[in-house]
Amino acid sequence: MKIFIPTPLRQYVERHPYVEVQAGTVAEALSALTARHPDLRKHLYNNEGKLRAFVNLYLNDEDIRYLQNEQTPVQDGDALSIVPSIAGGGC
Amino acid sequence: MRSTIEEKPAQAATLNNDEILRYSRHLIMPEVGMEGQLKLKQAKVLCVGAGGLGSPLALYLAAAGVGTLGIVDFDVVDFTNLQRQIIHTTENVGRKKLDSAAETLHAINNNVEIRKFETRLTSANAMELFRDFDVIVDGTDNFPTRYLVNDACVLSGKPNVYGSIFRFEGQASVFATERGPCYRCLYPEPPPPGLVPSCAEGGVLGILPGLVGVIQATETIKLILGSGEPLVGRLLLIDALAMRFRELKLRKNPDCPVCGQHPTVKELIDYNQFCGIRGEESAAATMADMTPEELKRRLDAGEDLFVLDVREPHEYQICNLGGYLIPLNDLPKRISELDSSREIVVHCKMGGRSAKAVEFLNKSGFHKVHNLAGGINAWAERVDPKLPKY
Repeated sequence: MKIFIPTPLRQYVERHPYVEVQAGTVAEALSALTARHPDLRKHLYNNEGKLRAFVNLYLNDEDIRYLQNEQTPVQDGDALSIVPSIAGGGC
Repeated sequence: MRSTIEEKPAQAATLNNDEILRYSRHLIMPEVGMEGQLKLKQAKVLCVGAGGLGSPLALYLAAAGVGTLGIVDFDVVDFTNLQRQIIHTTENVGRKKLDSAAETLHAINNNVEIRKFETRLTSANAMELFRDFDVIVDGTDNFPTRYLVNDACVLSGKPNVYGSIFRFEGQASVFATERGPCYRCLYPEPPPPGLVPSCAEGGVLGILPGLVGVIQATETIKLILGSGEPLVGRLLLIDALAMRFRELKLRKNPDCPVCGQHPTVKELIDYNQFCGIRGEESAAATMADMTPEELKRRLDAGEDLFVLDVREPHEYQICNLGGYLIPLNDLPKRISELDSSREIVVHCKMGGRSAKAVEFLNKSGFHKVHNLAGGINAWAERVDPKLPKY
């Protein structure tokens, strides 16, 4: 499956717009991603190992908070998007 | 779905012959027509910010015939704005953005009433400012103001037409309609300060606010007309580099602290505190800051100072002080290249990244570290005018 990496986090994945991983759940997909790109870990998880509140995860077009969170099953053709908050506009 | 804007009797306004000619391409479309054009004429839209997003959206709203456009801004046009803030022209550098914007808008369409609010939007003035307007368009550039705009929209029952940009990526949605989600349903909490770089530090592709601002203008006009499918409950993601538009579903969170079933936020709060931002004075006064003048004096005196540049290599190419380059993100793995016994002066472009570098170095056992206040831009401004600012 593809994990889409947003612009602010691309610097931690060698600037790739997405990363391909093999996984059965969202949690497995994220751990495969952070195993390959360890610098990403602290931007996605807090010190207690929980996903940060301002990082939203979407499986295809659905927020995983309204599915089964990190336990949501995933399939090969799925797209997981990391959508952090950005604030720019006036500047 | 029903527009959230209060229906007003359309017969109160009319179009004169000049206006009929001006808006003829609207009038001949059934989706707008005379009825829609009169709704536009009676509509009152407040643009928060006359910058990157505010520029294109205000231009199009004025051209489309929105009757009253309010603009909230307290900034002055500078040269770095011109790459994207197309409402302002080179000759307006140094003038108030409000005056520059109002002139351009009037030149496009003198029928529009422009209301200028020269102020920062605050918890003390937001409800009062929003009162006279039907739609609020968020073209701000920081998290505290975005949460403030959202909460004030929810509390006053006005739709929040949202757009946000970073580098070549944008987001757009319509928040705070009666049944739709709000910004807090999407992001209950802001990121800690400093984790997400600003446009001034991270850069932004000049056309991007054009793309996103015009989407905001489109949504504003649809809300006024009450037609089409508004971007309610959907987050549009725009990647200009891949030229890919994606759409994500947004749900109204029943537990949302401001628009949920049992709201805990019933009035505007201190948004700087909510976003974990220290007062400006204390932020500026912390750290072992060194002014550009002091650095110059000490370098000229031949003192042993190690100048560390924590910007990116492509920024180093624009201008540099001959410092040793380690980009901020590489600092943890390259810290062994630094000598903790020497006095180090860290700089970046404006002082934000270097402050983080100083904090990191302090934690890592470096005790003789200074932050060059205002970065290389302040150096160019005050010490070496030949050096370009960017």
